[in-house]
Amino acid sequence: MTARIPFAAFIDRLAEAGVAVEIPATPPPAPARVIVVANDDWGRLGQEANDWGCRWAAGWGEDLDDVLRINACFEQAGAYLLARTTVTRLHPMLPSHTPYYPAADRPERHTQDMFGVAFSDHPDARRWTRHRAWKSSEYPLRRDFPVAGRPPAQTQADHQYRFLAAHGSGVYEIPVGPVHAGIIEPGHFRFQAVGETVLNLEERLGYTHKGTEKIAEGRDAAGLARLAGRVSGDSTVAHAWAACMAMERAAGLTPPPRAVWLRALMCERERVANHLGDIGAIVNDVGFAFGFYQFGRLRESWQRVSNTAFGHRFMMDRIVPGGVATDLETGFIATMRAEAAALRQQVGRLMAILYDSPSLTNRLLGAGVLTPEQASTLGCMGYVGRASSLYFDVRRDAPYPPYDRLKAKGVLHHTGDVNARVRVRHEEILAALDLIEALLAGLPGGAIRGDWPTPAGGAEGIGIVEGWRGEIISYVRFDDAGRIARFFPRDPSWTTWPALEVLIHDNIVPDFPVCNKSVNGSYSGEDL
Amino acid sequence: MLRILAKIQRIGIVTEPVPPTIDPILAEVGEQLKAHIGEHFSGSLAIREVDTGSCNGCELEINALNNPWYGIERYGVHFVASPRHADLLLVTGPVSRHMEEAVRRTYAATPEPRLVIAVGACGADGGEFGTSYASRGAVANVIPVDAVIRGCPPTPLDLMRGILEAIGKRA
Repeated sequence: MTARIPFAAFIDRLAEAGVAVEIPATPPPAPARVIVVANDDWGRLGQEANDWGCRWAAGWGEDLDDVLRINACFEQAGAYLLARTTVTRLHPMLPSHTPYYPAADRPERHTQDMFGVAFSDHPDARRWTRHRAWKSSEYPLRRDFPVAGRPPAQTQADHQYRFLAAHGSGVYEIPVGPVHAGIIEPGHFRFQAVGETVLNLEERLGYTHKGTEKIAEGRDAAGLARLAGRVSGDSTVAHAWAACMAMERAAGLTPPPRAVWLRALMCERERVANHLGDIGAIVNDVGFAFGFYQFGRLRESWQRVSNTAFGHRFMMDRIVPGGVATDLETGFIATMRAEAAALRQQVGRLMAILYDSPSLTNRLLGAGVLTPEQASTLGCMGYVGRASSLYFDVRRDAPYPPYDRLKAKGVLHHTGDVNARVRVRHEEILAALDLIEALLAGLPGGAIRGDWPTPAGGAEGIGIVEGWRGEIISYVRFDDAGRIARFFPRDPSWTTWPALEVLIHDNIVPDFPVCNKSVNGSYSGEDL
Repeated sequence: MLRILAKIQRIGIVTEPVPPTIDPILAEVGEQLKAHIGEHFSGSLAIREVDTGSCNGCELEINALNNPWYGIERYGVHFVASPRHADLLLVTGPVSRHMEEAVRRTYAATPEPRLVIAVGACGADGGEFGTSYASRGAVANVIPVDAVIRGCPPTPLDLMRGILEAIGKRA
């Protein structure tokens, strides 16, 4: 019978392995189950969780004044387990999960830079988020670090970061960025190549780090929703939803049904818009300008309808604590139905042309392969995972309203190449259009916003949403005044950036743009 | 190939005549700009876009300027890959401290006379992020700025209007 409670058997297994597990009496931050282990056992916990087949989904730190608390969130079969441990400020040392989970690599280095926690057996002790805006002895997310910091008058370039070097005859290096050639976000890529072949790619991110987690502290609920909507502009709906879901769970507030249906409608619209833009941009990166202009045309008209219906082209700030800020006028139901039907037809015709163009498919097939094993090891999900045999989708596997009453059509491909990531996007557009029609047909009446209560001091919640890139996990804890004490948003890009480093191996340098675009990680979403 | 041609013919040109319903001034300014670019920039205004820490919302709208609805190239405006080829920097913010040196160097690499436009609420005054240990806020806190285009993010039409006005001021 215990098997019916998520993770019960795993917790038994931990006890057998000699890991003392405490299940706290305080209510867990819904929807996760919580366990607390001693810091000495933290590495063992990671090892056992990996053996058990859990995905390492997210990790973050918290400063609780007397101690620092470290969290790792695992997922298995749609159930979430939040493991916690504490370290003292005097001796902030902890075994690492990275030896078992490469997915934990950068998140742990982020925690190292922001909280001053040393992960003793982490294979890579280099800094990650920190460049040179603050000293190595300063930790911005500790509570005694002022928001303004103590920055130098002028921050210098981070030129001392030690990149992996390659030697040998014919090996050369290509440094790219942080200012890139296109209209895109900043980051640095360091290639080692022989001839046209990429031997290795190393990413250096953190350029757009703008203190998102720190400046969240002390905000009210509405202020956090606005900030969450700017974690990654292209995912403004999904991030705002995840943060509001976390806050609402902490406050014990259930938003009215109409509000959650409208949130889903906006989230599916966001998915369609981004997938349309991405397909156009991917094919453009191999010179197929026809696709770029056609899909750009579709994306623009789609955004215009979002603007007239919800008052913003990206539907930014439309999700607010307790519900949504904008109701949908009845007239738009017919408009959006017709729009969905027309788009389905247009996308069908265009994709038929794309799939039937040998000069295009020749570049997409077999380019940038991420094998299912690699994707799984890196903890990938979203369209990157689903192009590499990983079926996970929060809407289906850990459904939240209104997806508990809808059926999201599953999309899955297995080849893990750029072509598969295009196909997943294409089919996800169609699946999202089905959902939009179902959402419009079943849209309940009633209020669109519940009254925001003042949450209890220390109340915490986790919001988990399937954004267009994949699973977003948002953690929120309130302080005694009902303001934000801690906010951590885990964008899917934390898992897809490392995937890009892997899938580019042995591809040619000129295929990097198309491989990169097919993954399309958010810099801002990871740098925070 | 035949299907591609058929599709192109069937869709026709969707590039909007600068829409009078949205802003009747824009058509007028567009023509002025075109004339101005013709006179002072040999028909071509080169823009280098620099993201100094944005959430990427502004980048989506700047990218939209190149979609067939706006087709900003018809005014002689085009985006270039290097600041050395640029007449104008379109800078989105807030300027993260980690990008501070990069944007200074980009500015230094842009030949004079150069124009700088700060884009978006964050580029204008730091927006939702303000100034902090990690952010210097407004673009003007780091490099000289000639004009500001507000909005979160500014729409493609706001951007077009802002670029045209900034060019006009300099004329």
